[in-house]
Amino acid sequence: MVDSTVVLNGQTIAYTIYAIVVLLFMAWFAMKITSDGKAGVLSNKLFATLVILLTILGVSLHITTSATIPWVTIDLNRDNITPDKTVEITVKDHQFILPSQEITAKVGELVLFDVKSEDLTYGFGIFREDNTMVCQMQVVPGHKNDLLWKFEKPGKYTVRSTEYSGPKGHKMILKDVIIVTE
Amino acid sequence: MSFKDTFLNGEQGAFKPDGLTPMQKLALRFVVVGVLYYGLATIEGMIMRMYEITPIPGFDAEHFFAILTAHPLVGIFGASYSVVFGAFLFLVPFLMKKPLWSIKMGNWSFILVAFGTITFWGSAFVSHYAPLYTLYWPLPADFSQFSDIGGAIFILGIALVMVGTLLFVINIFKTIAYTPEGQEKVNGKAMLASATGFSWKESIFRKKSKRREHLVSLPVAAIARGTVDTALNAGIITFTGVLILVYMVAHILGYDLKDTAIDALLYKNWFWWGLDLIADGLVLIFVAGTWYLLATLITGKDLYMAKWARLALWVELVVSWTVWSHHLLSDQAQPGILKIISGELVTAFELITQGMAFFITLVTLWSARPLKMTNPLKFLLGGLLGFGLAVPAGIIQADIGLNRILHNTQWIIGPHVHVAILVGLTMTLYSAIYFLLPILTNGAKLYSQKLANFHFWAHLIGGVGMGAFMGMAGLKGMLRRTIYYEGEYNIYMILAGVCGALLLIAFLAFLYNVVMTLGVNGLIGIFMPSKLKTKELLPPEK
Repeated sequence: MVDSTVVLNGQTIAYTIYAIVVLLFMAWFAMKITSDGKAGVLSNKLFATLVILLTILGVSLHITTSATIPWVTIDLNRDNITPDKTVEITVKDHQFILPSQEITAKVGELVLFDVKSEDLTYGFGIFREDNTMVCQMQVVPGHKNDLLWKFEKPGKYTVRSTEYSGPKGHKMILKDVIIVTE
Repeated sequence: MSFKDTFLNGEQGAFKPDGLTPMQKLALRFVVVGVLYYGLATIEGMIMRMYEITPIPGFDAEHFFAILTAHPLVGIFGASYSVVFGAFLFLVPFLMKKPLWSIKMGNWSFILVAFGTITFWGSAFVSHYAPLYTLYWPLPADFSQFSDIGGAIFILGIALVMVGTLLFVINIFKTIAYTPEGQEKVNGKAMLASATGFSWKESIFRKKSKRREHLVSLPVAAIARGTVDTALNAGIITFTGVLILVYMVAHILGYDLKDTAIDALLYKNWFWWGLDLIADGLVLIFVAGTWYLLATLITGKDLYMAKWARLALWVELVVSWTVWSHHLLSDQAQPGILKIISGELVTAFELITQGMAFFITLVTLWSARPLKMTNPLKFLLGGLLGFGLAVPAGIIQADIGLNRILHNTQWIIGPHVHVAILVGLTMTLYSAIYFLLPILTNGAKLYSQKLANFHFWAHLIGGVGMGAFMGMAGLKGMLRRTIYYEGEYNIYMILAGVCGALLLIAFLAFLYNVVMTLGVNGLIGIFMPSKLKTKELLPPEK
């Protein structure tokens, strides 16, 4: 499975290029409309082309990501996939209650994180040692919150709440509690 | 004039508050208070920017999260709602060439929004009530973390704002539908149907020769359609507030109601449906309508593709009712079909509708070149740029795959939310303010064009820069709605802080320019009763 860092790098490059193009375009537009010259009549076909282009862009983004980001299919079909390992976690009083045994996984294994909240809405995020995010989900009380994930790289991973649950919640961090090996 | 004279009486003493009509005063009151609340939100934002670099001594985490709760609400209700309400209560009668239905009701809207905002802000400041604007159940009723009385006052403040909002809604729709004395009787229902877009069948499915003319202009239609979402949103927030208030009052009286009586996910769907009527509804519709109006006023030309612009506003209204699920893409219990259809596909329509609004406005401006780079024009271009950057950033995160690694990071709140609000929305509002200033003040002279230029550049660079650096931190895993104590993201947060400071300086330059333009006496005079007993918008020409 592609590591989430690769996806983020791709997004960073694509959006940076887009932002630079828009900034340059608006600067050019501002100069042009204030400089001498007459505006020609714009064809209605150009407008139609724009609408079609925007439609294609909007839809193709999701088609592209669902075809290239592997966790999308895994996520939408997780009820029909048997995980290699299930990790049950409870959250209560702003504390993650982990299984008594250390959480370990092998690279490429499908791990199901089944997280239950007994009071508030929390978040469940997995982070690398350099603080970058691997993945996250919301943890809603009274509902099943399960995330099926395949780790691509060995290392120690930190669990942190990714949702605000009151002032007590910002210290919900458990460092290096998931150990992934080759 | 000496500095003291200008400070007291405004540039060249040109602003005479005694000559203002009640309608001009009403609009100016909203705008002045809205600008002051924007300043408060900016100062709060700057405190949080500093806190994200290193926690400030004397400010504990409870205070930080209380600011985090009040900040967006002050920005949306206290600042944006006030400026928008003031502008639209003036513009709808102005465009329809008839008086506002009720100036008294307009003044009550102003009082309730202004007083409600200071009430919930004060409650958060004193009691540290901090469930955030999202109010995820059962956090707003978690009395192990929050004071029940503080919370009840907070909710009361929000309720006052909502009552003021509903009065605004009634006033706008009544103004569209009513017939003033002495004018030819209009069909109120038909006017409302045309304004809100529910007469669309008569425009689209009829032969061209049999199509009925639109009864209201495009900007009025935009205001009416945005006002539909404003009304629905006020209803949702009021209902939710009452629900939370029931728990608070019970707790104050010594009863402990079971919070499991409310399904947290259903509540989250309900509340996000309502909240999204602001972010993905009225903001986008009002902004598009304001762009169209400003573009036609600046150029004196007809709007390019006006028929399609009107249709896009209606589509945007319907889309705003069906996109809420993009906020629940990381909620695993949310049905997958809702995530795909509402969260991804319908949300993508916003790229189309906003893209159309962006293009139509640009082409309308282009059709009148060469234009003079006036303050309204430059701020309008800034507003267009803001949404040009922020809407695609939002579409990116409204994707099941990308949301898994972006949700609740600084990416969401930086390149999407703050660029949309600070650069897109606020610069559009500044454009309208600069345009309306001479009309609302009977020709007050702007104190300094150099300060207006500085305001533009500092705001633009500060807004885009802050959003960019927050986004970079988000892509590196930095979360929103939390505090980092070990300087993990300090490079990005220092740079975002510098840009935030630029935004604050830009605001101070604008405020100083306004004070020196209108003078302290002039500003006080705005809040005094008008000496002109008229319902007309502008005083009779001498």
